[in-house]
Amino acid sequence: MSLLWPVFKREFNSYFATPLAFVFIVIFLFAMGAFTFYLGHFYDNGVADLSVFFGYHPWLYLFLVPALAMRLWAEERRSGTMELLLTLPIPLWATVLGKFLAAWAFAGLALILTFPIWITVNYLGSPDNGVILASYIGSFLMAGAYLSIGACVSSATSNQVIAFIISVVACFLFTISGAPLVLDAFRSWAPLPLVEAVSSFSFLMHFSAITSGVIDLRDVIFFFSLIGLFLYANMLIVDLRKSG
Amino acid sequence: MIEIQNLTKRFGPVAAVSDLSLTVRPGEVLGFLGPNGAGKSTTMKMATGYLAPDQGTVRICGHDIVSDTIAAQQRLGYLPEGAPAYGEMTPREFLHFIAGVRNLSGAAARAAMEHAIAGAELGAVLDQPIETLSKGFRRRVGLAQAILHDPDVLVLDEPTDGLDPNQKHAVRGLIRGMAKDKTIVISTHLLEEVEAICTRAVIIDQGRIVADATPAELAARSANGRLDEVFRQLTTRDTAVTGAAA
Repeated sequence: MSLLWPVFKREFNSYFATPLAFVFIVIFLFAMGAFTFYLGHFYDNGVADLSVFFGYHPWLYLFLVPALAMRLWAEERRSGTMELLLTLPIPLWATVLGKFLAAWAFAGLALILTFPIWITVNYLGSPDNGVILASYIGSFLMAGAYLSIGACVSSATSNQVIAFIISVVACFLFTISGAPLVLDAFRSWAPLPLVEAVSSFSFLMHFSAITSGVIDLRDVIFFFSLIGLFLYANMLIVDLRKSG
Repeated sequence: MIEIQNLTKRFGPVAAVSDLSLTVRPGEVLGFLGPNGAGKSTTMKMATGYLAPDQGTVRICGHDIVSDTIAAQQRLGYLPEGAPAYGEMTPREFLHFIAGVRNLSGAAARAAMEHAIAGAELGAVLDQPIETLSKGFRRRVGLAQAILHDPDVLVLDEPTDGLDPNQKHAVRGLIRGMAKDKTIVISTHLLEEVEAICTRAVIIDQGRIVADATPAELAARSANGRLDEVFRQLTTRDTAVTGAAA
């Protein structure tokens, strides 16, 4: 367990060693604001809540989170540090988890920096802060799920652009798996339970359940098991590539 | 101590290493020689746990590298080919990270870092990002990383590549100084390096050992007593095939 910390710390600091952290946070905050106030007509709605703000989170994460995750493993492979990392006496699970947690913590930091909008809405009216807190937790869990997909894809390639594009597509499918676009492809041939299983993978469904203010244990378990599943796949991919 | 038994690795139809067995004992400095593509780096990658062998076993101080990976890697210092390091970090940060991974903290970490920094002569560049350093300094950062925890076994893939003659001399002095009670394997293209620091020279070609003796014994095999003559004789029989494999 003690080896998780150096891996986490190095990975987390590496975001700040380049302009990446700054660029990411600025764009994240700017996009959040733009979506909420212009596309979402935050003021015109005349309601003091943040449902509009949180409604855009899945769509922003779709592009921004793969950008955070794409370098996690692909960069190590490209620069050759993979060989160093895998010959240091760190258990593979600690390397995988440490890297993931660093990216997740960074995403959490970006999310926390959206706090001015929470202050704004409290200044304008009296929103249900319980719902807002639940939504923040839900948003953070969803970011983790997107990140685990991105980390897994990143471990399969040494090309960050490929990692990004495949992650976006995979994340997109998970986001909208409850929508007709995906379900219609299954409905024609698959039995109903399978169609329902596919639709239950929808991030939108689980996230909107949480943003309604109820943190249902099932939604939390969904996101955590998805993270666990993709990190396990991430480990298998790294291990598999050892055999050449 | 490194015990390699019947090690084999294939990449597609090409056998990079075939049925290679080798034991290196404490106090030995083994020079691992061979033309490009002979399987030197592949053998080192398997011995350090980066690549999984197709067949055969590697034991580091009695710990199997495949089934007891972490224990084996704890006793091992490894400088990979090209001395990779995190470019955005400074040598100080990088060595600090390595110390953390090696379970060194507090005074022990400071002492280990000071020792490695002095040994690799990194004092002048400690706070510059590694990606801005010259090739020679980067190599020495990799070397400092490998010796930081004072390991029993050192595996160094071309430790003096890219160094100027003075730096080469210093690194050779460093390796010689550690040689007494450690097991050291270095791969190199420089035959004079083998004569300068190695107690044993192993030449491999197409994944097989073609010579295993002291540098002096090997040199004595040629008419003019030169190591490079022996190297050429032993490794140029099937140049065309070797070239294709590389």
